[in-house]
Amino acid sequence: MKPSAFNYAKPSSVDEVLGLLSEYGDEATILAGGQSLVPTMNMRLSAPSLVIDINGLAELSGISSNGESLRIGALTRHVEIENSSEIAEHAPLITMAMPSIAHPAIRNRGTMGGSIAMADPAAEMPACLCALGAEIEITGGSGARKVAATDFFKGLYDTDLGGDEIITAIEIPKISAGYCSAFDELARRHGDYAMCGAAAHAKVDGLVISDLRLVFFAVGGTPVVAAAVGSAMADQTVDEISIAAAQHAVEDDLSPFDDLQCSATLRMHYAKELTKRILNTLVAG
Amino acid sequence: MTTVIEQIQISATVNGEKVTRLIEPRLSLVDFLRNELELTGTHVGCEHGVCGACTVRVNGEIVRGCLMLAVQAGGTEIMTIEGESDGGEIADLQKAFHERNAAQCGFCTPGLIMTTTELLKTNPDPNRAEIREYLSGNYCRCTGYEAIVDAIETVATERKGG
Amino acid sequence: MADMIKDHILDRPNSYIGKTIPRPNAKRLLSGRGTFTDDVKLLRMTHVAFLRSTYAHAEIVSIDASAAKESNGVVAVVTGAEMAEVCSPWVGVLSHLEGLKSAPQHALAVKKASWQGEPVVAVVANTRAQAEDAIELVEIEWKELPVVTDMETALDADTPLIHPELGDNLAWRRELDVGDVDGAYANADHVIEETYISNRHTGVCLETRGILADYNPGEDQLTIYHSTQAPHMMQSLFAKHLDIEEHKIRVICKDVGGSYGIKVHSYPDEYATVALAYMLKRPVKFTADRLESFTSDIHARDHRIKTKIAVSNEGEIQAFEIDDLTGIGPYSVYPRTSGIEANQVVNLTGGQYLNPNYRAMATVVLQNKSPMCQYRAVGHPILTMITEGMVDDAARKIGMDPLEIRRKNLVPDDAYPYTAPSGLPFENLSHQASLEKLVKMMDYDGLRKDQAEAREQGIYRGIGLATFIEVTNPGPAFYGVGGAPISAQDGATMRLDAKGNVIVEIGVTEQGQGAEAVVAQCAATALGVTMDKIKVIAGDTDITPYGGGTWGSRAAGIGGEAAVQAGKALRQNIVEVAGIMLQSDPSTLDIRDNKIVDLADGKERIELSEVGRVCYYRPDTLPKDYQSELVVTRHYVPKQFPFAFTNGVQGCYLEVDTNTGFIDFKKFCVVEDCGTVINPQLVDEQVRGGVIQGLGGALLEECLYSPEGQLLNGTMADYLVPMAAEMPDIEVGHVESPTLDSELGAKGAGEAGTGGAPAVVMNAINDALNPLGGKVTVQPFTPERILQAIGKI
Repeated sequence: MKPSAFNYAKPSSVDEVLGLLSEYGDEATILAGGQSLVPTMNMRLSAPSLVIDINGLAELSGISSNGESLRIGALTRHVEIENSSEIAEHAPLITMAMPSIAHPAIRNRGTMGGSIAMADPAAEMPACLCALGAEIEITGGSGARKVAATDFFKGLYDTDLGGDEIITAIEIPKISAGYCSAFDELARRHGDYAMCGAAAHAKVDGLVISDLRLVFFAVGGTPVVAAAVGSAMADQTVDEISIAAAQHAVEDDLSPFDDLQCSATLRMHYAKELTKRILNTLVAG
Repeated sequence: MTTVIEQIQISATVNGEKVTRLIEPRLSLVDFLRNELELTGTHVGCEHGVCGACTVRVNGEIVRGCLMLAVQAGGTEIMTIEGESDGGEIADLQKAFHERNAAQCGFCTPGLIMTTTELLKTNPDPNRAEIREYLSGNYCRCTGYEAIVDAIETVATERKGG
Repeated sequence: MADMIKDHILDRPNSYIGKTIPRPNAKRLLSGRGTFTDDVKLLRMTHVAFLRSTYAHAEIVSIDASAAKESNGVVAVVTGAEMAEVCSPWVGVLSHLEGLKSAPQHALAVKKASWQGEPVVAVVANTRAQAEDAIELVEIEWKELPVVTDMETALDADTPLIHPELGDNLAWRRELDVGDVDGAYANADHVIEETYISNRHTGVCLETRGILADYNPGEDQLTIYHSTQAPHMMQSLFAKHLDIEEHKIRVICKDVGGSYGIKVHSYPDEYATVALAYMLKRPVKFTADRLESFTSDIHARDHRIKTKIAVSNEGEIQAFEIDDLTGIGPYSVYPRTSGIEANQVVNLTGGQYLNPNYRAMATVVLQNKSPMCQYRAVGHPILTMITEGMVDDAARKIGMDPLEIRRKNLVPDDAYPYTAPSGLPFENLSHQASLEKLVKMMDYDGLRKDQAEAREQGIYRGIGLATFIEVTNPGPAFYGVGGAPISAQDGATMRLDAKGNVIVEIGVTEQGQGAEAVVAQCAATALGVTMDKIKVIAGDTDITPYGGGTWGSRAAGIGGEAAVQAGKALRQNIVEVAGIMLQSDPSTLDIRDNKIVDLADGKERIELSEVGRVCYYRPDTLPKDYQSELVVTRHYVPKQFPFAFTNGVQGCYLEVDTNTGFIDFKKFCVVEDCGTVINPQLVDEQVRGGVIQGLGGALLEECLYSPEGQLLNGTMADYLVPMAAEMPDIEVGHVESPTLDSELGAKGAGEAGTGGAPAVVMNAINDALNPLGGKVTVQPFTPERILQAIGKI
């Protein structure tokens, strides 16, 4: 289980990365944390002829605060995000989700940009970014552009990222007064990809919820924004009746799939269970 | 397959010793440690980042040695079980693992000890659930984990003065 | 000689028997200084990788290896036909499993491949990566053949044959009908039927299989470093199939990174590696990677069992009946065969209960999946699941508490020796004492109260009980009588050196369970020296006494007894010399704490090292007609009983989340009777580790196959093994009923935890689900299956 041979480049600027990408095209791959890429290379499921290691690009790493939003460099490691007091204060959903991502040794290397680019449908971060209305900053030959997270994830392992572009940062709006977040997932073992998970962000006033953005993951090819649940819970008091209505609405939002870990039926059941948990958590403060 | 693969020279500090080798870019860090430096205390269990047997410390942080390329370790400081052991910093952990029989076949043990060094650094007073969660990426088929949790609990208690 | 020594090993002063002694050999493992097979590096060493069949069943039309041979770093590319000229095929049958049949199997597939993962072409190169590069250049033209994967239809008339020369896909069938089962049904108040399924899983040793072979033509000597449980067995098999004399093959087995039965079999890729070294006259290393381990390691436990139990309204069990169907892959594994697992199920189902009426049928069929064979607790997880499942089925039917029905029906402790309906003799089991001890440990009544209170609040908790019998210390009845080259006896050679230290060479091997430690404890106790004076050497066929190695929970009970007898004999020889030196009657002397002492009062006479000094350096000071002997070898094999059966009971209390199907362990207790406990900590840790391994199969592990015979979850990300966060702490208690077959009285302990765990978890889940009308019978008991059982999904 050794990877096919490849050449290795460690550029010192984003421009240099873009130059290599345009030169090598599909033959090149970006190496960030490597926690998803390297296993596929070890199994020879991917065999790039050039690996572009972006770990030397200090400008892609770090967390900063710009007025109304947080900027997380694409190369920022999960561990740094997990331990960041700024993230905990302004984007607590991210902090809540972090311990569910794999294990400490993986979080020491894995990066925010890497998990976004990988776009695993069962990954936590894509769903959280969709729930928070985050934007992905993508840089290509013609400069930087921003894409809403909800538009970025296009299909199974398919994103808006062009072959000659890289993710440079993620921008997350800071949490507004009166808003709360909740995160939950059901996985067979701690750190496994979930059978079903949910990230949510909403305005909460006592037991009343509004502006709910509930996003499920591991239920489709991309994170799924539960619009029907959002509508069902608009300005609703969280109680048994509204929870039942929200659970019913989940059926309109999701069409889950079967895989090795569980059936579509179980995923739908779990999505409803998580809906209840999430709503109760949101109003519990 | 016509691409010419260039070997790359890397230098790193491994267990306090400066080493330089000419390597293929595809060489993983764990294969570099085991095959090039003959530090065979770090083990290979799955080569896809799940089992934790290849856990080593790079610049102070634990990483999966199978998911990091050796070329990426150029210029870093790497610690393996041999270095930790010879330096005496894990003597209390080794003693506790020994007395509690927290290693059976011992194949997972170096990785578990490396993970534990980071656990006790980041959380010197973990409860059993926290210990279990921190170790949740290190597979042990022999012990069933309880003895390992016991041993770590013992060391945590001792380190804070009993 | 042993008769001359009147003292009993369990009466020795300063005894290490029954004491927790940390394993002396564990320190190297804790400091990264172990020597696992892949750690060994030899001059001019090459690496082999195997092109494995991607099809479950396909004919090899042609192989073009020309491009591969030209690939960078390649030393050799060898096909099945070329390999067959060096390494002869084998057939995995044993004569005592009458009627068992299998087809000739080659080191590399010759005409066709019969499972996904079967090795087809070997590529030897300077590095493993180069070998893998070249594999991509080998071109094989395949012709797909129809596959047989479903064991339920394997024997149907329209199902294709895997080996046409065998006439059908039936490997073996065993039937047993004892007492009057039909009469019992006619008289019973209730006859309850059920179907239980144990799904296929595998061992996932963290150290994958590995072997490094070197052939020196100058000496005509093969040296093989092998991660194995049975070095002498492997020596014999390699010799036979490479046509080399056994003594010209040395198998060295240093540290083994987990085995659990996975490494007690012979594998095609391992024969191929040895043959390649022989062909190339240089070292060849094979270290399985994780992906090929999933399809080339043996699998186990794929069984569908239809059960029937007859019971009276008063709770008397009147009959057991089972119909076991198991699919073993395309070949019966060599040399232990793939009939043993089903054989155990037939032999031992219901064996702990007073019931004379027993009918069993086991049907073992061939299929195009990875071969199945013996894995830790062989058959016991299955037979305990069905036995204890049936007993709970009966208890529920008549409304009796599961504890009461067991109290009523277990074979009483004073009824032994006792012969089970299958004919197997049990020497001395302690089901009643063990059960009562467990009941106290887990506070059974308190848990029932807690369970009732929880149910009032809509929380579903359940108690499970599982009594079990376990085969340990196997004699020749297991394999030797059927023709397998597997030693039933094991030896220990003990040597006093000139400084008073003792070297012990043993035939049993260390797999991490602590064999070396318990042998050292036995040797030190029998001889009268401290542990620090003992060095144990195992796992080298050039050095150690011939032996069977480690499997069947035999290392402590058999290897330990050999060390006891060797230690006593060496002590006799030493006090004989000391008697001459001290002008005392040897029968008045003893050895304690490394000193020759007076037997009567322990008064110190001389140091043991002084005896060594005189015997080796100054034998001129001893009488001219006297020759000292400071090396002795003793062997042991159980003779009175074919196996030393052990028993125990597991109890667990758990909560089922009826919304998610997740379970949360509240309490897990085990009482184990393995006879004399040599090292309590090591026994407890065998039990704990064994239970967790059993929980893996019960809750998580399952080899998922497509109808085309493709393993769908062959990575550690998809095949779920137990990890730290979800597993319970386990309380372990003991009852000690020593076997009288040996002086030491130790039975085995390595497999009991695994054997009982699936049953106890199933019974606890079903106890929790009972008020909801739910019941799980298909292992692993996943959240999905639990929710299906209660109609939530």
